[in-house]
Amino acid sequence: MIGWLHQFLEALLETGRDVLPIAAIIIGFQLLVIRKPLVHPGKTLLGFINVLIGITFFLDGLKMALFPLGELMAQQMTSPAFLNIPGSTAAIDWRNYSWVYLFGACIGFATTLAEPSLLAVAIKAEEISGKAISAWGIRLAVSLGVAFGIALGTFRIVTGTELYYYIVVGYIVVVVQTLFAPKLIIGLAYDSGGVTTSTVTVPLVTALGLGLASTVPGRNPLLDGFGLVAFASLFPIITVLGYAQLAEWRGRKRNSNHT
Amino acid sequence: MFRNNRLIRLIIGSCLDLAPILGVVMVFQLAVIRQPIPNIGELIMGSLLVVLGLTFFMLGLEQSLFPVGESMANAFARKGSVFWLLLFAFCLGFGTTIAEPALIAVTAKAADIAGGAHLIADNEAAKTAYALGLRLTVATSVGVAIVIGVLRILMGWPLHYFIIAGYIAVTAMTPFAPAEIIGIAYDSGGVTTSTITVPLVTALGIGLANSIKGRNPITDGFGLIAFASLTPIIFVMAFGMMT
Repeated sequence: MIGWLHQFLEALLETGRDVLPIAAIIIGFQLLVIRKPLVHPGKTLLGFINVLIGITFFLDGLKMALFPLGELMAQQMTSPAFLNIPGSTAAIDWRNYSWVYLFGACIGFATTLAEPSLLAVAIKAEEISGKAISAWGIRLAVSLGVAFGIALGTFRIVTGTELYYYIVVGYIVVVVQTLFAPKLIIGLAYDSGGVTTSTVTVPLVTALGLGLASTVPGRNPLLDGFGLVAFASLFPIITVLGYAQLAEWRGRKRNSNHT
Repeated sequence: MFRNNRLIRLIIGSCLDLAPILGVVMVFQLAVIRQPIPNIGELIMGSLLVVLGLTFFMLGLEQSLFPVGESMANAFARKGSVFWLLLFAFCLGFGTTIAEPALIAVTAKAADIAGGAHLIADNEAAKTAYALGLRLTVATSVGVAIVIGVLRILMGWPLHYFIIAGYIAVTAMTPFAPAEIIGIAYDSGGVTTSTITVPLVTALGIGLANSIKGRNPITDGFGLIAFASLTPIIFVMAFGMMT
């Protein structure tokens, strides 16, 4: 009990160091530049303490649950027993790992569809476009983008191909789409890439990638393990721009039919 | 009573964050993998800690950082002093990113991997220093991103020029960056923009676009997050080249 308490206090102190800069910035600017005292100093202090406790518990929980879970899934789905391949690793190629791709796609789709910050963005998008694009359409587009991104990312780890090429091709697609997409949606589409990858999804997906890179024969976690989050932030931009183009094109077609 | 309701809402929110992951894992475990799960007790305990941690974290943010940060972002957006606005923008990007829990977790993991591969010394001190170096790099890059983004909103420059320039920078730098850093660098773009950064930075962008005449909060207010997911890639690759 004492040992646990000691560990917890140590972790709390470490988190304190992480939260200190933003606390200092907010309070410093308030007092020195805006020159007004905080409106609710007691509540603000209590809030910072809650943030501290929250991050400390969360990081502990990550180490106990989300990181091991991602690695476990990667391990189980790449074990020779599960793949049903007798001993020799030479017989394995990328086609054997289809469950991994499907798992990546499902995790990406489910976590993104349930993401609250995405819902807020999607509703805003519906308002801007005067209902030409729907909030549900945006949410589906982003979720499919993340699902495809993670699935392709796991494929890349399994095959050990270069991250660079995929990303450059993705960038070229985004740039070409930007030239043709409705201007109003561009900022929102670019933002949707960053917004979707939440605090819970990122550690799990990272662990999945690192787990795959350490269990698939011939892969190296340092060189191949990262990159899934990058895919998950790039592909939503493409699907959202695509969806906006499609919606605009359908709207134009409908209008020309009416006249 | 109101307090209780809010707490319950936050607990449900944290559970919903975790539910899709646990749901998908469960389906795969029961229908596809069908093997015993080792350490299931620890997994359940850890998941409870994640829910508890997220709840306290969100509760604390709603009590402290969000209201103060948002009113401050609005105040600076209206104040009219470009110098203070840009300084605040940098500090906001830097400070929120340093505290981002997902970034803390992922940089620690990256340091573990780098230590295991003997890229850096395989001891606690070297790993802590490496993880901190990564986080400081990412936080600085987000600070710079928000400054550029705010300048863009002030001047009304089109967003996509900057994004395309960023893409070209990333593409041109990658062949010269050490192979071990590329994956981490590309990932850091998506990791940085999470729970703390997105609401505060969005508040700054929308507040700014609202307070300048002739700006549309929707077309001009967005785009800050896009910058904040692009500059870390460039900065982390530079960090990898220097170390």
